[in-house]
Amino acid sequence: MLLECLNYLQSNGADIAVRVLEHMKISLTALLAAVLIGVAGGYAASVSNKGEKWIMNLFQVLRVIPSLAILVLLIPVMGVGMKPAVTALAILAIPPVLTNTCVGFLEVPPFMLESAKGIGMKEWELLVHVRFPLALPMILTGIRSALVEVIASATLAAKIGAGGLGEIIFTGLGLNRTDLLLIGGFLVGVLSLAGVGIFSMICRILMPYKYRRRL
Amino acid sequence: MIAVKYEQVSKQFHKNVKPSVDGVSAQIGEGEFVTILGSSGCGKTTLLKMTNRLLDPSEGRIILFGEDISTVDPVTVRRRMGYVIQQIGLLPHMTVEENITVMPKLMKQDIVQVRMRARELLSMTELDPDTYAGRYPSELSGGQQQRVGLARALMPDPKILLLDEPFGAVDAITRINLQNELLRIHRETQKTFLLVTHDINEAMKLGQRVMIMNEGKLLQFDTPRNIIRHPADPFVEALMRSASEQHSFWKEVLDD
Repeated sequence: MLLECLNYLQSNGADIAVRVLEHMKISLTALLAAVLIGVAGGYAASVSNKGEKWIMNLFQVLRVIPSLAILVLLIPVMGVGMKPAVTALAILAIPPVLTNTCVGFLEVPPFMLESAKGIGMKEWELLVHVRFPLALPMILTGIRSALVEVIASATLAAKIGAGGLGEIIFTGLGLNRTDLLLIGGFLVGVLSLAGVGIFSMICRILMPYKYRRRL
Repeated sequence: MIAVKYEQVSKQFHKNVKPSVDGVSAQIGEGEFVTILGSSGCGKTTLLKMTNRLLDPSEGRIILFGEDISTVDPVTVRRRMGYVIQQIGLLPHMTVEENITVMPKLMKQDIVQVRMRARELLSMTELDPDTYAGRYPSELSGGQQQRVGLARALMPDPKILLLDEPFGAVDAITRINLQNELLRIHRETQKTFLLVTHDINEAMKLGQRVMIMNEGKLLQFDTPRNIIRHPADPFVEALMRSASEQHSFWKEVLDD
């Protein structure tokens, strides 16, 4: 079996590399969209008392719908290919980012704001130098779980012709070829791990204080 | 020169609830160290927060160096004053030096001078700049964090320093050390200090004059000596008696 896998890797290297790149492209585009919408929406939800509930509820409901169903539902609206795939994955990835952003902003301790106000910070300075940095660890945790979900679910994009590693896996399923299933699954796993690893490094750069020794 | 003047200041947070601060009038001279003593809910913190416009009075006026602060932008009022609270509020993602210099940097002051002053202030609060400037708050003890809080409050060279239970969360020994250093800093800087506390010993030790508050009202405002000798009110008398009973217990034990 291992031999078959290696053979396939050797003869189809270029094709696999294309699939990996497609997979990364779909995942990252969806994640980026989810981060933009999720962080903005989460912040908006945290500052508005009324809006908070319905924004959160809307995305909790969307989260319940399986990604596959969303993919299929989007076909009549957006057709097939990258666009609907990225949209479906973004819808999947928004809730963790949005929820964590909202909670992160709401959980900034009042005394932090009081002392920063007390030394004379203006409202926007509070946002930039106090609220956002203190919410950041929560936001990044949300982005991290979105990242993992997106990379795993991007496999489904192949179902609507968007490519990615799903192509290899679904081909394997169709042809009953275990080697293709193994290679596809393995590569999704590797991408996932690599994504989390790179993400941890970004966290270290963004929040060096989290990684110092403590008293 | 009068640094702070309270004119019939009241604060009522909700209608139908009795005011948190009720008709307080007092004058604090420039360079004076005044403590505000009272139990929780007596309005002492509310009075302090009205002094730097974190809250605005429902009635009355507060005048700082001859200027009615209700006519001055709140941010401007606060930037002229130092403010220290019990939880300190150092920003966890900034180093000690960044915490101290955050405001002057935002105000686009000369970075070289700002950094030099930060180092001076760290030395003044007995923290070695070379050791501590680059640390994060999580790498400091509670007492050290409060020293940084003090340095940050002194950064803009304010004429008035407001302190709200600054040593409420540190252990007894650290607390005494910090109190003594605060007295030294007051002597060295000659600024007006206004410190809120519920600890009678702290209030009497630090304050050149002590404001005693209860249920929103200012009961007595005098030197510790005069308050002890001539309590102006049954509440003040009871308060002084409680402290003296504690002290006589210590004396009794030590004399045995």
